Amino acid sequence: MEILNEVLISNNLITAFVFVGLIVYLSYFFSNHFTGGRFHGSAIAIILGLIFAYVAGLLSEGQKGVADFAILSGVGILGGSMLRDFAIVATAYGANFNDLRSSGKAGVFSLLFGVILSFSLGALVAISFGYDDPRSITTIGAGTVTFVVGPITGSAIGAESEVIALSIAAGLVKSILVMTITPLVAGRIGLDNPKSAMVYGGLMGTNSGVAAGLAAVDPKLVPYGAMTATFYTAVGCLLVPSVLFFLVSALY
Amino acid sequence: MVIYGIALLGICTLLGLFAGELLGSLFGIDANVGGIGIAMFLLMCCTSFFKGRFKIGDVSEKGITFWSMIYIPIVVAMAAKQNVVGAIDGGLMALLAGLLVVAVSFIFVPIISNFKRK
Repeated sequence: MEILNEVLISNNLITAFVFVGLIVYLSYFFSNHFTGGRFHGSAIAIILGLIFAYVAGLLSEGQKGVADFAILSGVGILGGSMLRDFAIVATAYGANFNDLRSSGKAGVFSLLFGVILSFSLGALVAISFGYDDPRSITTIGAGTVTFVVGPITGSAIGAESEVIALSIAAGLVKSILVMTITPLVAGRIGLDNPKSAMVYGGLMGTNSGVAAGLAAVDPKLVPYGAMTATFYTAVGCLLVPSVLFFLVSALY
Repeated sequence: MVIYGIALLGICTLLGLFAGELLGSLFGIDANVGGIGIAMFLLMCCTSFFKGRFKIGDVSEKGITFWSMIYIPIVVAMAAKQNVVGAIDGGLMALLAGLLVVAVSFIFVPIISNFKRK
């Protein structure tokens, strides 16, 4: 047993391939036999992954889901930003230039609109929970943009660390909800063509949420959503600590 | 050679991320500004160039398509390493803020997508 453990740990990336392969296999089995294929296998796999991450987080009290266990540390590499970005770029192979160009304006608009919308809603929730200093309100609003914008804004404008932690939590909730809800509502919001995928990427903006959401709907749409989402965090980092912070300060 | 495809993908990814970091430092923010988008754009430029002049080759192409097919398993691994406990422990306000933002954003997807057609 100890020897097996050692093999699994020292070859952690390969162990991760096996682990993810099993999750995907189970998910497609479940999808075909219990939902008649109506609920997509990859959507189930992503939800299963999140459940494992939750249980692992409870057991290990760490922050990296199953990757906190030595045996599954390879999952952290496989699901880390390096390979994720590499694979996202690869999905652009075969994407259509003309689709991208014809939806460019809607994409850019949704990007700006999405950042401001997310920020305003987050700020409103913060106000309704009794926060009344502009730093806290701005930081929590920034967290609902993405969990990267939250801490960057918070430290830039000097918010309390407790508020920064809250903003990260809000961003995490957003990202996880986007992952899980997207396949459920895709049909109703018309998420089935490159243009709506670009708008979706610009409105949601969370890289991991958009990446997983579109993967579960139609992998062909991934490059279009990823194209706008990749600019979202940057737009948030630009707008929130400057223009939007001044606006909030002016109102309070 | 399959490595040519992987290398091309690697060149595009690295150049894109590099450009994203440069843009970030230009704006004075600690984030990558659209690096992935620039990388995807580069890859699309390369492939349309190859299609016009000379073929990248079926085998080399597999070096790229493999990575685009392994995308979903990578996303599953990414889901399995999320800090889900942190999200749920954030309390009612974090849950409510996240839920509200996601719900309202979803409503705007069809609205903005259909702007131009009218």
